[in-house]
Amino acid sequence: MKDIKYIEESFRKVENILKKLKETSNANAVLLIDKAGQLITSIGDISSLDLVSFATLSAADFGATSQLAELIGEKSFSSLYHQGEKNSLYISLVANRVILAILFDSKTTLGLVKVRTKHASSELEKILDDLFEKLKVSPQKEVFDKSFLKEAEEELDKLFGP
Amino acid sequence: MALINYAAREINVKLVYYGPGLSGKTTNIKYIYEKLSPDLKGQLVSVETEQERTLFFDFLPIDLGNVRGFKTRFHLYTVPGQVFYNASRKLILKGVDGLIFVADSQIERMDENIESFENMIENLESYSMKLEDIPYVIQYNKRDLPNVASIEELQKNLNKDGVPYFEAVATKGVGVFETLKEVAKMVIRHLSSRAPT
Repeated sequence: MKDIKYIEESFRKVENILKKLKETSNANAVLLIDKAGQLITSIGDISSLDLVSFATLSAADFGATSQLAELIGEKSFSSLYHQGEKNSLYISLVANRVILAILFDSKTTLGLVKVRTKHASSELEKILDDLFEKLKVSPQKEVFDKSFLKEAEEELDKLFGP
Repeated sequence: MALINYAAREINVKLVYYGPGLSGKTTNIKYIYEKLSPDLKGQLVSVETEQERTLFFDFLPIDLGNVRGFKTRFHLYTVPGQVFYNASRKLILKGVDGLIFVADSQIERMDENIESFENMIENLESYSMKLEDIPYVIQYNKRDLPNVASIEELQKNLNKDGVPYFEAVATKGVGVFETLKEVAKMVIRHLSSRAPT
């Protein structure tokens, strides 16, 4: 159980960094997404946002532009900026494996968002590197045991018919 | 790799529908979307062309509910089947946990099926993944059409690994949930088998 505790603690730290980023950059929301399009965590006013779709499209967006980068001889584009009439989106890669998406409006500026994101990224990087190292040792065994398998199969039968 | 979010107690599993253009991948996912009750599903996201051909992907999240205290969710993706969209197809495969290969049963589509299957293996290899390490099933779709190849013929050409296969008519929903359920179970079993007991 030690591992899970450690992981939960790391997540707490990550969330604190995101909170600080949101406040200091005056953004509306900050989301952390893995490269495969799954939301890890989010901070801020996101009640009107379809988070799952948002995460998927952000990752796809990032993936597609990385391919574009390669086509012009860049390893990747480390950040993306989408400007809207009211709301804008800044996306940045952290620790080469997770995507940080910052939603903001005219209360702040792109410059400030960029600077704060850069700062938060380096803090996040350290924690995430440790975390992923730990995950490699895999606390999965504590989750995916036989009883998990049995219950999951029962749920699937319930959902899709036996 | 399935993402386990310990803090939020969530498990997210990524399933991808692969196959040649017009084999019925999007039809599968749309049928699932229509039939599932609203509390179990999220938004269906489709990035498609004006002609309703998949340009990038379709995406549908399904909630399995709570399993041993973990909110378990399946993320269903389709790839664009058309040959020239390979860069997009490759992107969708990133982090895949389970695959559904949707084949077009019509005799004249056999070559496209084989080509797409080989393309899937190649694209997995670009992520250093091997097909045999990933739970997958095959769906022989469009079984209601008059000009279909026999199951034996399809099996011989596409199912060399002898994985579970399903006959389907995705437009009518035949075989759609059976296919999904099997691959979902295989993925869960696969995750458990990697965990020492």
